[in-house]
Amino acid sequence: MENSITKSKNIKEVDINKPKFTVKEFKRQWILVAISAVYVVYGIIFYYLPLAGWIMAFQHFVYAKGITGSKWVGLDKFKFLFNDKTFLMVIRNTFAMGVLNLFFSTIVAIAFAILLNEVRTRWFKKSIQTISYLPHFLSWIIVVAIVHDALTSTGIINEILMKVGILKQPYAFLGDPKLFWGIVTFSNLWKETGWNAIIYLAAITSIDPCLYESASIDGAGRFQKMLYVTLPGLRPTIMILLLMNMGNVLNAGFELQYLLGNGLVQNVSRTIDIYILDWALDARNLDYSLGTAAGIFKTVVSMTFILGSNYIAKKRGDERLF
Amino acid sequence: MAQIEEVSFERIKHKKKMATEDLIFYIFNTLFLLLFALVTLYPILNTLAYSFNEGNDAVRGGIHLLPRKWSLRSYHEILFERPGIRVGAKITVLRTILGTLTSLAANALLSFILSRKKFLFKSSLSLFWIITMYASGGMIPVLILFRYLHLTSSFWVYIIPGMVSAFNVMVMRTYMQGIPDSLEEAAQLEGAGYMRVFVSIITPLCKPVYATIALFVAVYHWNSWFDAMLYNRFDPQYTTLQYELMKLLDSVSATTGASSSSAAQMTQANANTITPITVRAAATIATMAPIVALYPFLQRYFVTGLTIGGVKE
Repeated sequence: MENSITKSKNIKEVDINKPKFTVKEFKRQWILVAISAVYVVYGIIFYYLPLAGWIMAFQHFVYAKGITGSKWVGLDKFKFLFNDKTFLMVIRNTFAMGVLNLFFSTIVAIAFAILLNEVRTRWFKKSIQTISYLPHFLSWIIVVAIVHDALTSTGIINEILMKVGILKQPYAFLGDPKLFWGIVTFSNLWKETGWNAIIYLAAITSIDPCLYESASIDGAGRFQKMLYVTLPGLRPTIMILLLMNMGNVLNAGFELQYLLGNGLVQNVSRTIDIYILDWALDARNLDYSLGTAAGIFKTVVSMTFILGSNYIAKKRGDERLF
Repeated sequence: MAQIEEVSFERIKHKKKMATEDLIFYIFNTLFLLLFALVTLYPILNTLAYSFNEGNDAVRGGIHLLPRKWSLRSYHEILFERPGIRVGAKITVLRTILGTLTSLAANALLSFILSRKKFLFKSSLSLFWIITMYASGGMIPVLILFRYLHLTSSFWVYIIPGMVSAFNVMVMRTYMQGIPDSLEEAAQLEGAGYMRVFVSIITPLCKPVYATIALFVAVYHWNSWFDAMLYNRFDPQYTTLQYELMKLLDSVSATTGASSSSAAQMTQANANTITPITVRAAATIATMAPIVALYPFLQRYFVTGLTIGGVKE
């Protein structure tokens, strides 16, 4: 048996290697099976039981009565949700900020990686890169504190704008609903650009140098090489990262918006997660069922996004996730 | 690779293509990257300056890279006068150490099982965990479940639920799959069981990926505050450092944040009762200090880890 496996390995790896289910084989690897069983129990408790908790969305769930004792209400919670103006608003906010973030973080990270790759002085390149991914390791709380300090009336942004003469008085940036999405997008860029660029830098170094050689022999300049060699070389990486992040578009809005938002901008700052959290924490109108229903909506939309973009990628012959 | 690039670069140079256009590009590129570094570093250095400034003086603003009126008062306050921060620091250190160790062990063992080519339930168990990456029950069912399990109002809510992460398992599994099977087969011929293979053969070879995952998990634990708020809101003995920092931030932004719009006078009047901006700055610096101090040494680990996890996945 050993022999047949090694022989056929070169031809088709996955299928041939699939072990045959025999009692002997089972006994040989009983320890693996036993440990896996523990992991399955753990996974069921912490990942699958919450999915079963979705039935709460079809009840008027009261904690003291439990799932068995709470009253069933059918689709009432969903009906309420889609008639709730606030819910429609938070969906808009979540999508808008998620898409803005995905779009700008991808473009800026690629641009940063390409520019950094052009640097020939090793120590300079290394130092810039080291500095660039430091913010990734700071918590959102710290990032929000920093953004907040920069934008207050005595902060650096107001100071610069007043010195240059654009502003006469300090401007309340964090209280302006028109600026909130921009501030959120920029904060995300500040924290993650360097980190996101790592993977693109790795992909650039794996592009065949001969391509650059022949491009310059053909008379391509620096910018043409960036455009026609580097960017196409990055295409598979860009596609797969976009795919992976598509499913996260709705997840992109929680900590930053929760911490940075305030009463003045709540119509543009609140996201689905914040909406859910309000139903779970606000003691006066506690409604676990509504929060669960909103959570179901979010998960279902995310799944649709992932499967949809994966399907499109498959049709177009690009890289895909599964 | 780098050599080849340099050679090609040299050749271009010899062809005297290093024209003024290139020179201009280099200058602008360097300036741009310097600006990028400045935008990244300035806020951090600014916070540092604030943390060493005297509290009432700092409210006037206008502090840049150096404090105007030196004072260690803020650090004294966060270290000795705020019990919440001390408890938070203790819990955070504890959960970072314990959480990282348990999570690393749990993820490594599962990755080991999933990377065995002959494991009978390999594909079904993989699928079981991959599903958990995409389908989540959501915030509220998890909260209710934890209450039923008596995980809320306890320290263990930080450790047990997040112990196995499918994403980290996939990264580790990819790495382990790259280890030649012949090593395992040789050990098994010598009579080693699976656990022996895991501990004595796979683990020593996986040090780089273990370091990467440990780093990710440790940073996650160090930076987390949301679980403290959601599950242990009424239990100050289980608060975390970042959650305490968040409360400080809230008390500052509730006043100075609104000051520019509506409550300017109120801020002046309340200047002594609210948390001074310098105390918050000191807490911010203290919270980020361990990460900033350690991370240059850990750099190579997370770069390799990300490349394994991202590109190959």
